[in-house]
Amino acid sequence: MTKDSKPTLAARRAFLAKLGGAATGAAVGAAALGILPAASARTEAPSAGASFPTKDYDWTKHQWGFGVDANKCIGCLRCVEACKKENDVPGNAHQFRTWVERYVYLEGEDHVRIDSHQDPVNIAASGSEKEYRFANRYKDAKVDKGFFVPKLCNQCTHPACVQVCPVGATYRTKDGVVLVDPTYCIGCRYCVQACPYGARLFNEEKGVADKCTWCYHRITKGLQPACVEVCPVGARVFGDQKDKESPISLFIRNNRVQVLRPESGNAPNVFYVGIDKEVN
Amino acid sequence: MEPVIHFAPYTGWVYPNETVFEWSVLIALYPYLTGLVAGAFTVSSLYQVFGFERLKPVAHLALLTSLCFMVFVPLPLLLHLGHPERAFNSTLTPHWTSAMAMFGYFASFYVALLIVEAWFAYRPFIVQQAQQRTDLLGRFYRLLTLGSNDLSEHAMGYDRKWIFALAVTGIPAAHGLHGYVGFMYGSLKSREWWASDLMPVIFLFSAIISGVALLVVLYVASCKLRKIPIDAACVKGLAYTIWAFIMIAIVMEALAFANLVYKGREGIEMILEYVTGPLLIPYFLLQFAIGMIAPLLWLSYMIWRGTTGKALIAGVTVCACLVLFSVFMMRWNVVIGGQEISKTGKGLLSYHMPFFGKEGALVTIILTLAPIAMLFGLTRLFPPWADDATHAHS
Repeated sequence: MTKDSKPTLAARRAFLAKLGGAATGAAVGAAALGILPAASARTEAPSAGASFPTKDYDWTKHQWGFGVDANKCIGCLRCVEACKKENDVPGNAHQFRTWVERYVYLEGEDHVRIDSHQDPVNIAASGSEKEYRFANRYKDAKVDKGFFVPKLCNQCTHPACVQVCPVGATYRTKDGVVLVDPTYCIGCRYCVQACPYGARLFNEEKGVADKCTWCYHRITKGLQPACVEVCPVGARVFGDQKDKESPISLFIRNNRVQVLRPESGNAPNVFYVGIDKEVN
Repeated sequence: MEPVIHFAPYTGWVYPNETVFEWSVLIALYPYLTGLVAGAFTVSSLYQVFGFERLKPVAHLALLTSLCFMVFVPLPLLLHLGHPERAFNSTLTPHWTSAMAMFGYFASFYVALLIVEAWFAYRPFIVQQAQQRTDLLGRFYRLLTLGSNDLSEHAMGYDRKWIFALAVTGIPAAHGLHGYVGFMYGSLKSREWWASDLMPVIFLFSAIISGVALLVVLYVASCKLRKIPIDAACVKGLAYTIWAFIMIAIVMEALAFANLVYKGREGIEMILEYVTGPLLIPYFLLQFAIGMIAPLLWLSYMIWRGTTGKALIAGVTVCACLVLFSVFMMRWNVVIGGQEISKTGKGLLSYHMPFFGKEGALVTIILTLAPIAMLFGLTRLFPPWADDATHAHS
């Protein structure tokens, strides 16, 4: 090697500097081209192979939907207890993945009386924070109108909870269910604040946000959500909206359904029949 | 055993899950601390960028104050998280649609900016100490020079350019950081009390007045501790700054409230019941009347009468304390108040702050005072006093 062709120290440094610059540039470019967003966007992660609860389940072939016929609900609260057991929801009378509201109009009153099982009178009637009853508190009153309304996560098409999650631990599946990844949630509770329906809770023991999943572990195996399964009067309807003869498709087709808080822009996917203006 | 979850009493109809208060006093403290950071930085910038000479005695104190409070800003959040060990996930794999995801970047950038600006501002002092001292502290200063001992006029001019550029960059950074905190609340449509487009602006102006007020208190206290005369012109400069910004803060907040009432959307009856009931004292009396209107009137009076000397200093300091209190009440009324109004629009809850515990009053007080303790230590290492034979860039 001649003296002229031998790179000088300065030239080597310049070369290394260029190499370093190119590497940095490539990293920045790659990030800009989508590698970084791909790493951060966790919205579709659970579909990947073995991580999915049911291996032969194809989430692109389903679009789950939920219906509530408030005309049928008798307020027995079996759904609430089934949900607590099935999903290991904290055993207290204040945090629920699903709950039932009671609306009562008394004769001579111009306002509605609303309560649910977290009401101290109802807790006292049950005698336990792990079993739920509606106290018979209106037995001596003249009731004009009364009805029950089951509530649960609306699995919105544009969920505010998913929008605000800072780490993408909560996401919407392709078959239309909003889930929380408890191994990734940081427990900031921004999602709890963002949900206009009060459907989210914070599991203090696990340190993560929790919510109704329409029993995703069951429906992906062809089963019904626990609350639907135990409802003795068929007030809760569940099914695949891609199947035109499914219970939910028939429910939506055969009834004039409405959703809660349509003005929120969240586009909820729980369809109601038999509720009135005070329900939100 | 003490129950893990504390249920909140309520009236009317609230969703069952709402009876657990998810955002505690620590989440009210977080915007309070970021506000103090932004406000203190404003004072530093008024001197460094806009050449407000009368603020020279507090310019470097403002920079150090900003830095000390910024260091503690993430702590209330970390204490609140269910999984603090996962906190960095929001920076490593941010979910871009979340207003909260940006926090790590904004905060890191701003801390870095503050450290670099402080380094430039203190470089002459650091070099001087590095060359004079032979003890362990001398080694510390020598390390901090980063090998640059050049204090020639040329080098100083270069430093000044950097300080100016960093101060200019810091203005949108500090105010962006805090405006964004307001956006975190204002962008939530689930609560009528929060969902105001004016929320970032309200947060911003209340932040500025709180930071300036903090500097009044720190400056007056530091002069008393050091037994040196207080520069009345500087205090008056800070008083003018509070006076100007407090008017905007009052107008903005009043406009937001007027908008809420005038639009009268669903749930307004409950909001009115709330503000005229449980919130009457915290909101109208403590935050507005005592914390904002009283200082505004008092400052106006002193400016009008040309009050000087001890009366001015005492008056401005008391006003500053009231403003500091008012802005904390504002954070409380937003964060806690927002959760006390049920999402149903048909009920009210009440938050009871525990004294002990991870998210109690004691921790909140400690976290509020910790930056001041840090500042006390830092002023020993990097004296910010303009009257000293110094060191820092003028």
